[in-house]
Amino acid sequence: MPELLEIRNVSKSFPGVRALSDVSLTLHHGEILGLCGENGAGKSTLMKLLTGIYTMDEGGEILLEGAPVEVEGPREAQHLGLSIIHQEFTLVPDLSVAQNIYLGREPRAFARMAVDDRKLNARAKELLDRLEIKIDPATVVRELSVARQQMVEIAKALSFDSRVLVMDEPTATLTDSEIHTLFELVRGFVTPKTGVIYISHRMDEVKELTDRVTVLRDGEMVGTVPTAETPIRDVIAMMVGRKIDTDQRPDPGRQRGTPVLEVRGLSTAALLKDVSFELHRGEILGFAGLMGAGRTEVARALVGADRRSAGEILIDGEPTTIHNPAQAVEAGIGYLSEDRKRYGLLLDQSVSNNVVLSTLRSFVNGVGLINDAKIATTAEEQVAALRVKTPSVRQLAKNLSGGNQQKVVLAKWLTRSCDILIVDEPTRGIDVGAKQEIHDLLVHLTDEGKSIIMISSELPEVLRLSDRIAVMCEGRITGIVPNSEATQESIMELATKFRTEGMGAA
Amino acid sequence: MSIATAPTEDKAPTVARRQRFDLQKLLAFGALIVLFGFFSVSSHAFLSWNNVTGILLSASVVGVMALGATFVIATGGIDLSVGTGMTLAAVMTAVFLNPDYLGLPLVLGVVLGIAFGSLIGLVNGVNVAVLRIPPFIATLAMMMAASGLALVISDTHPIYFSDVPGFTSISLGSIIPGANLPNAVLIFFAAVAVAGVLLSKGLIGRYALSIGSNEEATQLSGVDTRRWTIAIYTLAGTFTGLSGVLIAARLNSAQPALGQGYELEAIAAVVIGGTSLSGGRASILGTMIGALLMAVLTNGLQIMAIPQEWQRVAVGVVILVAVFADNVRRRREAGH
Repeated sequence: MPELLEIRNVSKSFPGVRALSDVSLTLHHGEILGLCGENGAGKSTLMKLLTGIYTMDEGGEILLEGAPVEVEGPREAQHLGLSIIHQEFTLVPDLSVAQNIYLGREPRAFARMAVDDRKLNARAKELLDRLEIKIDPATVVRELSVARQQMVEIAKALSFDSRVLVMDEPTATLTDSEIHTLFELVRGFVTPKTGVIYISHRMDEVKELTDRVTVLRDGEMVGTVPTAETPIRDVIAMMVGRKIDTDQRPDPGRQRGTPVLEVRGLSTAALLKDVSFELHRGEILGFAGLMGAGRTEVARALVGADRRSAGEILIDGEPTTIHNPAQAVEAGIGYLSEDRKRYGLLLDQSVSNNVVLSTLRSFVNGVGLINDAKIATTAEEQVAALRVKTPSVRQLAKNLSGGNQQKVVLAKWLTRSCDILIVDEPTRGIDVGAKQEIHDLLVHLTDEGKSIIMISSELPEVLRLSDRIAVMCEGRITGIVPNSEATQESIMELATKFRTEGMGAA
Repeated sequence: MSIATAPTEDKAPTVARRQRFDLQKLLAFGALIVLFGFFSVSSHAFLSWNNVTGILLSASVVGVMALGATFVIATGGIDLSVGTGMTLAAVMTAVFLNPDYLGLPLVLGVVLGIAFGSLIGLVNGVNVAVLRIPPFIATLAMMMAASGLALVISDTHPIYFSDVPGFTSISLGSIIPGANLPNAVLIFFAAVAVAGVLLSKGLIGRYALSIGSNEEATQLSGVDTRRWTIAIYTLAGTFTGLSGVLIAARLNSAQPALGQGYELEAIAAVVIGGTSLSGGRASILGTMIGALLMAVLTNGLQIMAIPQEWQRVAVGVVILVAVFADNVRRRREAGH
């Protein structure tokens, strides 16, 4: 019997780069195949070949049910039964959920002259109900959270009668319970006639969900292993070419200084209620909680990006006025957003311009002109210090991998010498090796006396780095626990069980 | 003209952003050279000093306007008010200088006239940055209001500068002895230099590009984007004011009915020069070339006795080709 999908000896070269060389993989019927590899390993290139966004070099072929196919574009791919959920959303923000799902194949009315909205919404509702996604199909996508947009994206992909579903980092923005729902969706999709290729950085997910794992490194196949018989550590080792420890905890004896930041009674009209906490010098304070618990909102209210309805901020014991991000920066607080492409980077500009964005004034000489040589020097220093992988500081930010982009954002705040850093999902969408580097960097920064608030949806990350962990639920802090007393279970309990006694002192 | 050999080395390519525009500039510059050559061969009248300075003179008013518009467009905004803003600034300059009105001293009147342009830009900036009115709407409103105000203030009649000695020489005089090069052209080139430095080396230029690339990220980096947006529109208004003075001096009068349509020519010059309408990418040199290209084209076609209607068609085609070439280049750059 022919395999469901076979990729044979596929290569792809770009001018000066060989992104994929001689890669082959097989997807069996009824199988979930994990595809792992660091950023730049060639996973996305492979997926783009599969959807016809790129054309492959001579010599390779793609076989579907044993028959060679030529995929000429996303639409043809869908006709062939290949559905791909990309990392970047492909939703139109101003259309409704239903309109997005059936974009380009809307049910028609009036002799096909108009869209039959009633049928459209009914069809979407049926689909969403079947997938147990609780979203009103008439909602405008813009109003949904990132996680819920992701669910819509998945629903859209599943609305095609696909034989092969490819998911590229689908859980990057989801919380544990949402991931659970997603897994149910994926497992429900798999029948003896279909299969899934699941791309992820999260090893625990790959372990839980997949039957086999294919690993790519630097555009080449490293190998394919059965998931059940292979320890996570070995898969990671295949990806990065070395072993990485995944169960670390911070040293409990780490020195903690005086409070540098005190937040008292922080509230917003929309969500936050009486959020109070202290951040000590040299500490990493983790913020855990479910999606929508208000962790990002705390950060945004703190730096003045969102309006506060109440609350006091003290820096080094002094009450400080922060009404906008400029004042926050002035007070020494740097905010690294969860969505670094949208809020953190000038993608179309050079690494050096990004690094100096918040300090540009200090590069202006006596006659008001910017000293580009000095900017380049500073940027090069930061690039070296943070080990940003870039051919030069003139490289455009959009051409860097996620981990390196994150380092550039970090470099921006370090250039500014912000003593308090708020990092929101610092390793989202970043591969294992780079993740480790970012983690090491954050710890190193606290050793140098910086204080860090780290918001993360990945509990292992929170546990691994945070000296203390503040857990939020529905806009309130439900507990602040020292790392030594924290377990995944105890944090989940605080994150889900709403407790009115409010914050606990640590 | 023997400059065709080294068109890309006109500015030291030290900044990465500069280099990326070289091809686009080269294209526009090449087109400029080709057109210039073509008209020179086709018509004897074209390649005379008088005609060339005439082209430069006609490019200078729209050119100066377009320099300011480049900054606004770099932020991802648009300024539709530069055309009638120019007219209003010209009328106000007349009000300041004409003895029948205020009769102020020449330098003061000119400075106030330019400053009035800044004021127009300031209002645009506040509307965009503080009141959060989309730039297209805010400046469309200003375009209409300025046009109306120019007519109201002048009582719909041209105001002449015949009793303001020395005023017309701002545009028509020639400060270089014997060169017969109108001052307006020198002012245009000086303005290009100032704008070029501001864009590539000034905070205002860097922040304009940053805002155009990603306004939210720029704001979260601690840049007061609101204040800088106001400053950028004000700068554009200042160039508009200057163009108002230049056109008034050239015509020896403030013509209140003039101006509509100039803004589109200015925007066209900016776009031909490779500045992206979606912001984040801009070139002053490109804008200058764009303005010259349009002036050469119009003038050449005029000399060849091509009807005016067809001249407009030609300009339209040039804009399409320029932007299309830019798209092709960028797609290639992106590696697809």
